[in-house]
Amino acid sequence: MQNGANDRGILAYGAYLPYYRLEKAAITAALGSGGGRGTRSVASYDEDATSMAVEACRLTLRDSDVTPDSVYFASATPPYLDKTNANAIHAALDLPSRVFAGDVGGSPRSVNAALRSALDASRPTLVVASDVRSGRPGSSDEANTGDAAVAWLIGSEEDGPVIASWRGGASATAEFLDRWRQPEWNYSRVWEERFGEHAYLPLVTEAAEAAFKECQIDPADVDVVVLTGLHARAVRGAARAAGVEGAKIASDLTDVVGNTGTPHAGLILSSVLDNASPDTTIMVIHLADGVDVGFYTTTPSIEQYQSDRPLEMQLEGATSPLDYNTFLTWRGMLDREPPRRPDPESPAAPPSLRSQRWKYAFVGSKDRSSGAIHLPPQRVSVRGGAVDEMEPVPMADVEATVVTFTIDRLAYSLSPPVIAVVIDFDGGGRFQCQLTDANPDDVKIGDRVAMTFRRLGTANGIHNYFWKARPVAKP
Amino acid sequence: MASRGIKDQVAIVGMGCTPFGEHWDKSVEDMLVESSTAAYESAGIDQDDVDAYWFGTLGSGVSGLTLSRALKIDYKPVTRVENMCATGSEAFRNACYAVASGAYDLVAAVGVEKLKDNGMSGLTGTSIPDDGTRPDLTAPAMFSLLAPAYSKKYGVDEEEMKDVLTRIAWKNHYNGARNPRAQFRKEVGKETICNAPLIAGQLGIFDCSGVSDGSAAAIICRAEDAHKYTDNPLYVKALAFAAGPAAGPIDPDYDYTTFNEVVASVADAYAQAGVTDPRSEIAMAEVHDCFTPTELVLMEDLGFAERGLGWKEVLAGTFDLDGDLPVNPDGGLKSFGHPIGASGLRMLFECWLQLRQEAPQDRQIASVADAGKTLGMTHNLGGAPGECVSFVSIVGSELG
Repeated sequence: MQNGANDRGILAYGAYLPYYRLEKAAITAALGSGGGRGTRSVASYDEDATSMAVEACRLTLRDSDVTPDSVYFASATPPYLDKTNANAIHAALDLPSRVFAGDVGGSPRSVNAALRSALDASRPTLVVASDVRSGRPGSSDEANTGDAAVAWLIGSEEDGPVIASWRGGASATAEFLDRWRQPEWNYSRVWEERFGEHAYLPLVTEAAEAAFKECQIDPADVDVVVLTGLHARAVRGAARAAGVEGAKIASDLTDVVGNTGTPHAGLILSSVLDNASPDTTIMVIHLADGVDVGFYTTTPSIEQYQSDRPLEMQLEGATSPLDYNTFLTWRGMLDREPPRRPDPESPAAPPSLRSQRWKYAFVGSKDRSSGAIHLPPQRVSVRGGAVDEMEPVPMADVEATVVTFTIDRLAYSLSPPVIAVVIDFDGGGRFQCQLTDANPDDVKIGDRVAMTFRRLGTANGIHNYFWKARPVAKP
Repeated sequence: MASRGIKDQVAIVGMGCTPFGEHWDKSVEDMLVESSTAAYESAGIDQDDVDAYWFGTLGSGVSGLTLSRALKIDYKPVTRVENMCATGSEAFRNACYAVASGAYDLVAAVGVEKLKDNGMSGLTGTSIPDDGTRPDLTAPAMFSLLAPAYSKKYGVDEEEMKDVLTRIAWKNHYNGARNPRAQFRKEVGKETICNAPLIAGQLGIFDCSGVSDGSAAAIICRAEDAHKYTDNPLYVKALAFAAGPAAGPIDPDYDYTTFNEVVASVADAYAQAGVTDPRSEIAMAEVHDCFTPTELVLMEDLGFAERGLGWKEVLAGTFDLDGDLPVNPDGGLKSFGHPIGASGLRMLFECWLQLRQEAPQDRQIASVADAGKTLGMTHNLGGAPGECVSFVSIVGSELG
């Protein structure tokens, strides 16, 4: 089946990189092998594929009036099986219940399943891809993968300005053993590298030729090539196999971020779109259990489009290097002695459903009579005591200021010490929560913070998603 | 509508208090037997003389059966009371009202807590199923929020603040060193306190109260009957309690330099007792020094120091054992730890000793012995800054 051109394309996009970077040299220093040059991105201890997906979707939808008809979540590292992960994303975005939410997952290629479906659909669709990737200590995967999430809002001009039109594409599929992982493993296995190259390259040629032909695009008309796949050796040979000039290949960010798997083609595409001018034709070649090729051409609308947190800013905003032991601890590779404190408790299902808009979307309540904002929502106002005079007030995108804070060295955390802050929101409302992505030594009264969706912890196999504050990125 | 109080209507005629500490060899039942029998003996009564019981524990048992089973109570009313860290005080308050109502002649308030059987560091909360969104801070972290807010509001720099907090811990350990019932019976040098490992914010290990087991009990009767049991009863002058909207953590008007609940409850207590100048009228106060910044803020909330000047009074020694107004002469939570259900009654036990001049010589306060003051205060709070419950009692050795 070919994915033909239609009037659809990208209305908005958002890429989310976690705050932390691991210097690959730290791996070499610790183990005497592995590692290498450069850095990789690392999801914090309180992040997973779902929480990062929420952040990417928030960046995507922040300046858009469009309510998607469906949300597709693609991940090779889904936090839950049996339970649909996309529902937490749906809830965090405070989408109406009529909006469909579903997972496509298991392998990095699943993102293309979601994108094809979105591009073939007739209603606006939100696609989000997110992976938290690593491997065994010392492995190539540990050093060369990374963590990220990317979201696309796909639709047509009826929904809003299309910034990059979908020109169509083609695929090639074959059954071969490249990379595999049992659901309970926390690392992948791969077949001999040279075999993968043998299997992939003819598929690259086949898909590229078919795509050029179907879409009536000449290789010379391609301005930029987004080329990626977890099989590095096959990717290196793929430009030639596809018949495109190596010079047109966009930087794949692997030296800084690592290969993020499912979202990675989208991550590179985002960095291209961040700086693209109108009428740029972008060819995406994604090697993942077969090859998917597609074309986008930017429209004049891209000139007005401003990504909320461009990738460049997120790359620059990253923290100083993360300790390798901390990285191993966060990824569950180092089982550290916990404090002598009770195990974290899991949230209960009925109260979580009752407070869904609070817990997932950070919607408080505002007293109509006094204007006082309540976080969490209350029935009786703290100002004047009016009963049931409240209306919902979404607070997730409102910034706040630190009123007072403390460093809790006794509380249980995978990354002690816990930084707790009391924050006052612009326009009213106070909340007490954890501060994440921050150095305890740098916190001050008066600091500016924004809210971020995180996984507070996991107990009884239940992930407890809620919101924390993080320092506002300095421009 | 009014809070009228029951000034001079009831009296404490006997008390018992176990040593507080890590009682690996004692169960909840053991401690209940010890504190209750000591209280009976102190009042010169038998268990059968007691008409009803108020029993306080946060989590060392449920229902009145925890007490009645331990003491083999002969089919009498036993009310189990819980009000966070003010639990022991609440047992006492409600027991007093039962006597004042005329329903009973002689009642007992008994508090107990066994904290050292769970193997954890610090206090642990009770688990109520919820949506997982409550801020999950430890107790020291919640109370440590007071220090930077106070410093900022009153222009106390970080080093001065550390000196103030250290002074409070040093004083309470000094007092506790003179108390055979205390968990920690050694003086601790300011240097040691100041350089101890940090637990939360500016608070080091010595800024936090200990974790211990203990039990205390009081026997209460109508004031006119008091001399049947003892020559030196303590009369209840005031019993006040406040629970508020607990809105500090969600109300931008709350500034983390005061406990609104304490201010409300102490105003009620002073009105009930007819106290107009606490600084000169109160002989001693046992206050809830769960963490050192709590005691600092309490000195202002209770009216012992002007707003913003409490830290100077602390440094000047006003609240020392030989100061104008000794605070926590028994060593406080700092030296006793905080077995929750017992603490409020343990505070009352120090009033019992000091106002009747039965405290050991090296701890007897001059405000009673020399200055002839007759009023003692206990203050107990539960919760956290901005969302607590507060109890205040005033007791005195004279009627009127």
